[in-house]
Amino acid sequence: MSAAPGAAGPASGAARDLVDAAAVAAWLRAYAAAVAERRDELTELDAAIGDADHGVNMDRGMRAVVARLAAAGGEGPAQEGPHGGGPDEAATPPPLGPLLKTAGMTLVSTVGGAAGPLYGTFFLEMGKAAGERTALTATEWAEAVAAGVAGVQMRGRAETGDKTMVDALLPAAVALGAAAARGSAPAAATREAARVAAEGMRATIPLVARKGRASYLGQRSAGHQDPGATSSWLLLEAAARALEACGAAHAPQDEPMPAADDPV
Amino acid sequence: MKKLINRPDDVVREELAGVALAHAGRLVVHTDPHWIARADAPVAGKVALVSGGGSGHEPMHGGFVGPGMLDAACPGEVFTSPTPDQMLAATRAVDGGAGVLHIVKNYTGDVMNFEMAADLARDEGLQVEQVVIADDVAVEDSLYTAGRRGVGATVLAEKICGAAAEEGRPLAAVAGLCRTVDERSRSMGVALTSCTVPAAGRPTFELGEDEMEVGIGIHGEPGRERRPLASATEIVETLATAVVADLPFRAGDEVLAFVNGMGATPLMELYVVYAALHRFLEESGIAITRSLVGSYMTSLDMAGCSVTLLRLDDELTRLWDAPVDTPGLRWGA
Repeated sequence: MSAAPGAAGPASGAARDLVDAAAVAAWLRAYAAAVAERRDELTELDAAIGDADHGVNMDRGMRAVVARLAAAGGEGPAQEGPHGGGPDEAATPPPLGPLLKTAGMTLVSTVGGAAGPLYGTFFLEMGKAAGERTALTATEWAEAVAAGVAGVQMRGRAETGDKTMVDALLPAAVALGAAAARGSAPAAATREAARVAAEGMRATIPLVARKGRASYLGQRSAGHQDPGATSSWLLLEAAARALEACGAAHAPQDEPMPAADDPV
Repeated sequence: MKKLINRPDDVVREELAGVALAHAGRLVVHTDPHWIARADAPVAGKVALVSGGGSGHEPMHGGFVGPGMLDAACPGEVFTSPTPDQMLAATRAVDGGAGVLHIVKNYTGDVMNFEMAADLARDEGLQVEQVVIADDVAVEDSLYTAGRRGVGATVLAEKICGAAAEEGRPLAAVAGLCRTVDERSRSMGVALTSCTVPAAGRPTFELGEDEMEVGIGIHGEPGRERRPLASATEIVETLATAVVADLPFRAGDEVLAFVNGMGATPLMELYVVYAALHRFLEESGIAITRSLVGSYMTSLDMAGCSVTLLRLDDELTRLWDAPVDTPGLRWGA
């Protein structure tokens, strides 16, 4: 979708060309919903080449993130609803750094395994990149996502082709940056990133794992889609959906994530 | 699944309640987050040792908390690594001013969670060193895998480094000693049956009545190969051959031999294994000068054992012999 000038209302927490706290909160909620919906699927993918807990662990973590968001939202009107209301005249818009860091620390302390530190580091590094800014342009949004992905690589020491989250995340971050550089709005750029993430996820199927517990299987890990790459695609897909919804005049409520014939 | 539990989700919490009650006065069990500390922590001026890992390997690590061994242990959920908030809380609390050593088994989740905890602790100005134990010769060690798993050598490293810390050695020296133990140790295990994770309710893998899995990990991960069940002597030959060849241990070496039960194997069988190991090493000219036989690093109700050898010198021997006073390991105290 392209940004129609002036379509975003002045009271909206998320103008079409900016990613603000309401949009980030909407993303986190959308991701939690997507993980909950696909919990068993993620766990089954993990059972084939790991230890059969990825869906359960991520669902527990993202539920905790949403609970934390709700608790924070109860203290002030600025966080109320994913994209409704918006800050009233008394409230300053919340900075993005602390919001993302809260999400990261919550995941770190609730998910466990390898996914906890990896997704936790993703949000912590995004939060560091966003800092005290209250809204990000498409370019700044792409830079923050790239910082998150760099954090995942640093923490997991993985490269593309290792059959991990990085196979979905890294090409998606590159595509997001390229789209932003071409002048795409955040939603459109993120939609492109999600498409590329899906390709990266599917490309993990024939790979032999070189990191994580799956690497103990050696050749036996080939033929299975990586569960981490799958939850990473969901992360980008949730971001695209949340930003599209925040940019739309009338956001669809509780729209389900892609059906099972979508790439998983 | 037949287990002495109430509800699968409550196992770790109820286990820790039991530990707190059984060892009141010696251990303090913290909740939210979970960590176990020796009652007299922090010990002023002493390097503190913190370890941790998934639950289901008892007595490791909580059972090794006490004078002469660990200052704190962080239990995760069953077979799931603990989270950085646990290690951070433990590290803060047991730091006696001389820094904290984290002893970490080489599993992807454990390593990442401990690294994150160390980052957070250093941000707070704490002095933290980490040593990753990777002694399992069943896993090919290469740049293209997660590397060797940390198994039996972890118990030996915690004991020996605990003794060194009690002597007042500085953090860098204790960490260096830990690396020495890791470098001089090799292990390999065998499973005769699978284990059953309480939340899963069924065995992690299927193993026929006449089969064994050689080179098993401590979570039921696959090993080198599945083979027809063999005699204790033949199994020991397989394990010890791989272990000895890897370091390699040579004629004239003095070693600590550790025969570890995986949880469901009786001590009687472990001593049968030990006798075979003694004979095997004797024929190779390798002298066992210290030994440990028992179930110290378990895999829930898995049947089987692992064999660990550590090449000793006078210093390591003296530190091994030093007093230790924990629920899981106790002598000289």
